[in-house]
Amino acid sequence: MPNITYPGARRPDRTRSVDACGVRIAVYEWGAPESPPLLLVHGGFDFAGTFDVFAPMLADGGWRVVSWDHRGHGDSEHAALYSWSADMRDAMAVLASTTDGPVAIVGHSKGGNLMLSVCGAIPERVVGFVNIDGMPSPGPHPDMAEHEADILAMQADRMTSWLDHRRRTHELVRKPGTLEDLARRRGRMNPLLSQEWLQYLVTIGARKDADGWRWKIDPTLRFGGFGPWRHQWSVRQLAELTVPFLGMIGTIHEDMGWGAVADDLRPHLPTGGRLEVFEDTGHFIHIEHPRRVADLVLEFLT
Amino acid sequence: MTTTLTHGRIALALHQLRDGDGRALLLLHELGGASPSTVPDEVVAWPGPVHALDFSGHGASGLARGGGYHPEILMADADAAIAHLGEATVVGWGLGGYVALMLAGGRPEAVRGAVIADGRGLAGVAEPGPLQAAPPGPPATTTPDPLAIVEMENDLRPPEYAVMFVDLATHGSGLDAPISVTATERPPWLEAVLAAPGVTVAPSIGEALARYAG
Repeated sequence: MPNITYPGARRPDRTRSVDACGVRIAVYEWGAPESPPLLLVHGGFDFAGTFDVFAPMLADGGWRVVSWDHRGHGDSEHAALYSWSADMRDAMAVLASTTDGPVAIVGHSKGGNLMLSVCGAIPERVVGFVNIDGMPSPGPHPDMAEHEADILAMQADRMTSWLDHRRRTHELVRKPGTLEDLARRRGRMNPLLSQEWLQYLVTIGARKDADGWRWKIDPTLRFGGFGPWRHQWSVRQLAELTVPFLGMIGTIHEDMGWGAVADDLRPHLPTGGRLEVFEDTGHFIHIEHPRRVADLVLEFLT
Repeated sequence: MTTTLTHGRIALALHQLRDGDGRALLLLHELGGASPSTVPDEVVAWPGPVHALDFSGHGASGLARGGGYHPEILMADADAAIAHLGEATVVGWGLGGYVALMLAGGRPEAVRGAVIADGRGLAGVAEPGPLQAAPPGPPATTTPDPLAIVEMENDLRPPEYAVMFVDLATHGSGLDAPISVTATERPPWLEAVLAAPGVTVAPSIGEALARYAG
């Protein structure tokens, strides 16, 4: 393993695994085991190692930070199938393995959206919920076409492309490359993050095979797709939350983001909920401004 | 005769119930069910070959350890059968009926008519409910997978989502009525589907198939 370090990055203090209905989930902890637990939940196509700078700040602030690689991501097992409810079940399995008492929750992107449902399901156990740009967009869906015929054509393309992808899933493998290649490729999705940070991530989120480095993430996973979930349901879940809530959002739109805009979100915040806006910041707020985000989280959870 | 198809990491069993010439009839079973071993009486008049697919986690097909089942994945199961069979007419019971509708929308050029019949798993739910609990105990080793049943007994089927598949089928297939409904159970998604152009009610599966057999 190449000795690549990053300023402030600290690997977890403890690692373990959880059996979630037969799928092995890799779990990581930072901070004293006797400290109060805080679940830190990564986004789609990420992994817990992306918290290597941010998580230690929360741990040093007095929390037992527990994160995990979602199924098919990082060092968790590649599953036969993936779904929102399976991710929820995995999250509940990690929570059950951590504590049967109260818990704080911080989720980024898909992890934040996923935790909206968890907070709605077990509000009595959640002492506070921080959502880092994983809130639904209450405005019109960003890729919604104007005319019905265009919408139908877009839906047909999306469906065909997804079905074609499913026909190929048994033969898909990730493309190998040098460590720098992988960091550059990742940089296309994370244009605001430094190459130095992305190269550090490769050493955790990728493995070195005989023919080069490959991201560990399951090659059958892909962006896009379609499904029955209506984004207005997420908007409703957000508004109906009964746990203390802090949302964070940037002002620069990135492809990996959810397209939410602060002014659209404000009317849909839960009672007493707070929204922090980060100017000139993209989707990965906790990576761009780890200290500022950690301080806000620690203050909010006090 | 049974053919094994590969869908991702799951081996699917496609059973040929009857050989023949012409367009295939593909049968899709209900939630928690499995393919019949002989041609059901309701479809015996079909002029061509008859095949039946066991969905993931069902019948002689493989299990998805740790679950993650949803109707869209079953549509892709059925699409693996279409890739093998070519053009087909599809009959689905219960959940299989919903999947038949989705497949008719997803592959409108290959599905020459889909019939939605009564059976387990027809309803789904129109709106999200409380978090589903996982069944206790170790992962399943035999079908039907209890996780498949938990995940698809109450999966989300908002009416406008179901209607999207009708619209795709109608526009893409060139058929006047690519969807036929014999089901008497009428969950909200099916009521909405029945109100859409391109959907017709048939008194029996046999009569629905007679319209597509030409």
